[in-house]
Amino acid sequence: MSNTTTDIGEFEENTGEPEHRTRSRIWQGIFWVALIGFLLIAPALLYPVFVMQLLCFALFAAAFNLLIGFTGLLSFGHAAFFGGAAYIAGHALKVWGFPPLLGIATGTLFAAALGWAVGSLAIRRQGIYFAMITLALAQIVYFLVLQLPFTGGEDGLQGIPRGHLLGFIDLNQPLAMYYTVAAIFLIGFLVIYRIIHSPFGQVLQAIRENEPRALSLGYNVDRFKLLAFVLSAALAGLAGSTKALVFQFASLTDAHWQMSGEVILMTLLGGMGTIFGPVVGSFIVVALQHALSGIGSWVQVVIGGTFIACVLLFRRGIVGELARLLKINSL
Amino acid sequence: MDPMIRLILAQGMLGLNNGVFYAMLSLGLAVIFGLLNVVNFAHGALYMLGAFLALILYSYAGAWVGLDALHIGFWPALIIAPLLVACFGMLIERFMLRRLYKLDPIYSLLLTFGVTLVLQGLFINFFNASGTPYPGMPESLRGVVNLGFMMFPKYRLFVIIFSIVVCFVVWYMIERTRIGSRLRAGTENPELVKAFGINVPLMVMLTFGFGTGLAGLAGVLAAPIYSVSPLMGANLIIVIFAVVVIGGMGSIAGAVVTGFSLGLVEGITKVFYAPAANTVIFLLMVIILLVRPNGLFGRQG
Amino acid sequence: MSTTTLTKPMLKIENLHAWYGESHVLHGINLELAEGQLITLLGRNGAGRSTTLRSIMGMVDRRTGSIAINGEEFITKPAHRITPDGRIGFCPEERGIFGSLTVEENLMLPPAVGPDGMPIEELFEMFPNLANVRKRMGTRLSGGEQQMLAIARILRTGARLLLLDEITEGLAPVIVKTLGRVIRDLKSRGYTIVLVEQNFRFAAPLADRHYVIEHGEVVDTIESGDVESSMDRLNHYLSV
Repeated sequence: MSNTTTDIGEFEENTGEPEHRTRSRIWQGIFWVALIGFLLIAPALLYPVFVMQLLCFALFAAAFNLLIGFTGLLSFGHAAFFGGAAYIAGHALKVWGFPPLLGIATGTLFAAALGWAVGSLAIRRQGIYFAMITLALAQIVYFLVLQLPFTGGEDGLQGIPRGHLLGFIDLNQPLAMYYTVAAIFLIGFLVIYRIIHSPFGQVLQAIRENEPRALSLGYNVDRFKLLAFVLSAALAGLAGSTKALVFQFASLTDAHWQMSGEVILMTLLGGMGTIFGPVVGSFIVVALQHALSGIGSWVQVVIGGTFIACVLLFRRGIVGELARLLKINSL
Repeated sequence: MDPMIRLILAQGMLGLNNGVFYAMLSLGLAVIFGLLNVVNFAHGALYMLGAFLALILYSYAGAWVGLDALHIGFWPALIIAPLLVACFGMLIERFMLRRLYKLDPIYSLLLTFGVTLVLQGLFINFFNASGTPYPGMPESLRGVVNLGFMMFPKYRLFVIIFSIVVCFVVWYMIERTRIGSRLRAGTENPELVKAFGINVPLMVMLTFGFGTGLAGLAGVLAAPIYSVSPLMGANLIIVIFAVVVIGGMGSIAGAVVTGFSLGLVEGITKVFYAPAANTVIFLLMVIILLVRPNGLFGRQG
Repeated sequence: MSTTTLTKPMLKIENLHAWYGESHVLHGINLELAEGQLITLLGRNGAGRSTTLRSIMGMVDRRTGSIAINGEEFITKPAHRITPDGRIGFCPEERGIFGSLTVEENLMLPPAVGPDGMPIEELFEMFPNLANVRKRMGTRLSGGEQQMLAIARILRTGARLLLLDEITEGLAPVIVKTLGRVIRDLKSRGYTIVLVEQNFRFAAPLADRHYVIEHGEVVDTIESGDVESSMDRLNHYLSV
């Protein structure tokens, strides 16, 4: 039945009449302006550390969305890339004394390599098995993080130095750190945007819509899936490495399966297969966690309840619903 | 007896004891997946619920109704708790999952993941997150038996035998009885089964209840062995997923055999290289994916 | 023997529309037959013949119009009530034999819908080939065995209205001949039968009336007595 898979994100590129597309462009423009405006003035309105946390998770969710929203693959193990990269970047910065950008690059590269390993195993099975395999493989990473000697076990990796960007900008200055993170986020987000709108991204969406058809058109579906997986893992790693630099520690929670669940929720709540959905969704989830931090583990109940509500009532997510109300295809 | 062999046998028995839970949970998961095409993430949480219900029945339920001296013990709990879990499962099916069958199966996975978080969060709030021992182990099952190569706790031996019987009965029911033939037919072609006048939505609800009831039963069995903790199911379900990837969800017997064997493998790994014991199942999954991507008993991709 | 104006039709379909998802497949089917009659639905592949049967069974995504069985309206019934309430036996295209069930289990699967279902032993008499493979799994049956099993399966339930979809498709001539004998036998026992057939030569001598379906509509109705004189029309409808 063709109607089983079409529900994952109602995003379709290059369809609809020209005016439709213009309207789509205008609204996308508005969102871009709002996003960049927010990035510029946010530190004046909110705690920079809070905003940096938002941005790290927004990038993480956007990276995850590249898979679920634009390739149709549900990874239940993305915490492995986010958390794994955080540990590797932290170790490079702290023990090897790497400068900040090189440390982040090291974490990102590690995530890409890990993504290649996990991805090439997981794509051997389809659909729901894919999710289970990624979850199980991520659990190996979690056990490693827990048991390897350099990770600090239950305490996590602490005291990661922020260092000097390009040798002279002191990242211990909150604003310097903030604008570095904002730039990293923006670059990562633009990369994702470019990927989605490239011919490569179009093939990914064709695979999501109908894998057998993409296969019959002669595309090497597995190679496309694997590359999408590696890119998504690398960008998740970029987010995790940046987070390690900002907060100066890498913790077990970053690599825990619950983190994999949270990034799914962020994307689902914002809108799978939308451009800005993961950003909106991650902002809401992170803000919610902050607001509810006083009620202890009830947060988990709220998060779980939100999950249920999203799946039952709200599958397009906030941005997806908004796009539908505005009658545009992509937002 | 050679001490090495003795050690292997002893760890093998303990491993088999974990295998009990792998087998019973992956069995329920496979029964549910077969008919509903749903991977029930909440299976671990429902196992946890079963264990907590046993604990509650023993330690709290009496006080709640004003009878402080009333402790509903292990044997009644072995029946009541799974039934309650099954009812809870059927409510989830009836009011939530049923609305998702026409969609991609990842939505039901996500929904049951949400249910997992809710259940887990609730129990963390009301009970000790690090676990509470279950005090209701029946007198008749306390103590140890001499197996020749080791002194083995009587209760654990009971659990192994009991669960083998349960798995066999479930297998027999599904593969050899009239009601099981309806279930198998429904797995193959629910539309046609419905056209024959069988109430498939009801069958689906009962099947989900049955599968989750098995998880609840496993939870009650686990309560006297492990401490009853809100997180006991979460870590288990991930192992179960690996078990299911190895065995494939297409075969009932396959799920049971894989579950028991992997428990055994895990136990024996402890003898040779203890730190690998909690990852060996995942590593086996990797090997299986490389050499037999569809799983040992896999019928579908 | 056949009349176009039935006093009391057993099955009467009026203005039946049906949809699979968004696609509108039936565009107002009208047909009727009296108890004990046999009609065929003829037409090309994709014309809507199987969909008509599936609509009666509630196996389409949406249907409107009227399906009356013995005067009772069935269009709003939930799918699992249709068979027992209408005493229907449905033999789907591709036969619908369950591969993971044995022959006996397949036979015993559908619940009884009426009091006078054929006993198993009588069924094995009617289809002697099946008697030898009682314990065999559905996947390991030949096409002919599968088809006989599919028919036997609904006869056991006590159904009186049989909906048979392409039962001769892909079978050897000798088996087709057996099936012809079986259908004739069933008719003489008073069963009411709707036959979707590609094989006109098989269907012609059995039917009281033929309905020709094209593009989801009945475009022609031919009484069995008029078949000879309508051969040109029929060839036109059925030629590929």
